[in-house]
Amino acid sequence: MLEIEGLNKTFASPSGDVVALHQIRLQVEKGQFVTFIGPSGCGKSTLLKIVAGLDTAYQGSVKLNGKAIAGPGVEKGFIFQEPRLFPWLNVERNIAANRSLRDKEVCKQVDELIELVRLKGFEKAYPRELSGGMAQRVAIARALLRRPEVLLLDEPFGALDAFTRTHMQEVLLDIWENNKTTMLFVTHDLDEAVFLGQRVVIMNPRPGHIRNVIGIDLPYPRKRSGSSFQELRSRVLSEFEKVETPAIEIGAGI
Amino acid sequence: MQGANNRWSLRALHLFVGALLPLSILAVWQYVTAAGMVNAILIPSPKSIAAEFGAMISSGELQRNLGISAWRAMLGFLLGGGLGLAAGLWVGFSIRTERLLDPSLQLLRTLPHLAVAPLFILWFGFGEMSKVLLIAKGAFFPLYVNTFLGVRSVDRNLFDVAKVLEFTRWQTITKLIIPASLPSIFLGIRLSIGISWLGLVVAELMGSSSGIGYIINDARSFSLTSVIFVGIIVFALVGKITDSIVKLLERRLLRWQNNLKGAGS
Repeated sequence: MLEIEGLNKTFASPSGDVVALHQIRLQVEKGQFVTFIGPSGCGKSTLLKIVAGLDTAYQGSVKLNGKAIAGPGVEKGFIFQEPRLFPWLNVERNIAANRSLRDKEVCKQVDELIELVRLKGFEKAYPRELSGGMAQRVAIARALLRRPEVLLLDEPFGALDAFTRTHMQEVLLDIWENNKTTMLFVTHDLDEAVFLGQRVVIMNPRPGHIRNVIGIDLPYPRKRSGSSFQELRSRVLSEFEKVETPAIEIGAGI
Repeated sequence: MQGANNRWSLRALHLFVGALLPLSILAVWQYVTAAGMVNAILIPSPKSIAAEFGAMISSGELQRNLGISAWRAMLGFLLGGGLGLAAGLWVGFSIRTERLLDPSLQLLRTLPHLAVAPLFILWFGFGEMSKVLLIAKGAFFPLYVNTFLGVRSVDRNLFDVAKVLEFTRWQTITKLIIPASLPSIFLGIRLSIGISWLGLVVAELMGSSSGIGYIINDARSFSLTSVIFVGIIVFALVGKITDSIVKLLERRLLRWQNNLKGAGS
């Protein structure tokens, strides 16, 4: 279980301190799929970096299974906006990274993951030969090989076209149903947030804080065209619109 | 296959275009010297240079001296290049080491061979030591500078990945920094080899009784211009061949790179 309590984060900037996150309080049960949505500058990526342990300059408490997060590690898998693969390694070596493929167990798991992220036949391909969606699936497999307790995804499908994105969402749900990994998924795409999450966390900028958390009580696989989906989508949208209004002022969109 | 055929004819065409200039120069040269329009002692004809070349090969003189020169160049390159690589990595990894070492190394970098050669000869005599050290001094810097730049230009984003994947410090060096800086290191190797040949000529011209540089120097005192030309041609050929070998190795090892081939190749 992930527990965030009284989390505050300020950035020092030349024009004074900027409050990036203000009094964040959130609990995520093990195995839950939570999506975060909000305009630019609402601190959703910062929040994810803090949970990952990549950013340790904050006040408050962030605990994973009762233990304070001390730094980055494999139990908190991170998927960046870009795939960030090692360009000199082929697909299977990228997934293994600092683990040896000569290890039978690692090799077997890598094979299984390649199957899971639907990359069979591309084991020996180099990153430059992959499309954006394929590269991002390699990145996901690389994180999953380490059996993470929680998978943190920072707008992972933002750079993909609409068709690839839909496909990737289905792949991700497959993985989630298979592995029951806790998912924290940051996005700026409303449909994506409602399609994937059991809960949608709506965030508000200046200072970044949680505006509302909406439960999406729909069974998987979800139908985007379904009336209940549309109903929930417009509920989130109306919350989201309340957020957008004050955001439109000078300097918005930083 | 049509495509393969096309590629071969294109390659032949490129070879022909590349050879056009040197071949026409050779033709003009041969014509001018045969017609007696220049002093044959200063500019021997291509024919007599070729004859000299043949004679030096059949006597074994060329192979023996080339072997000695290549050995010196290799020792000097391995010593200087190896140290340059190590220093480049070390200084690249640590800002503190950079502050300590880089200013002094940059100061030494610009010293010309000819300026330090007399000192090396005084210190180490006319033997192999002074030659190898002079070559090493030249080979050190291109590898040092390029390795250093390579290490410093590793994609910052990948360091975050390494942290999340729990790379140890050793793994970060061997599995991230070194492969990422390999393109720069290869550039450094090629430049270092080039400089090694340069240093070799200086070392052998300064005082030596063997090697291609010695042949050139010796031929100068007897005005055997065609021998000098043979020496120069050998240096050019060996330089080009070693560079091609390293390039081949580079292409093998850096297959993952996108931008290996320039546009229009």
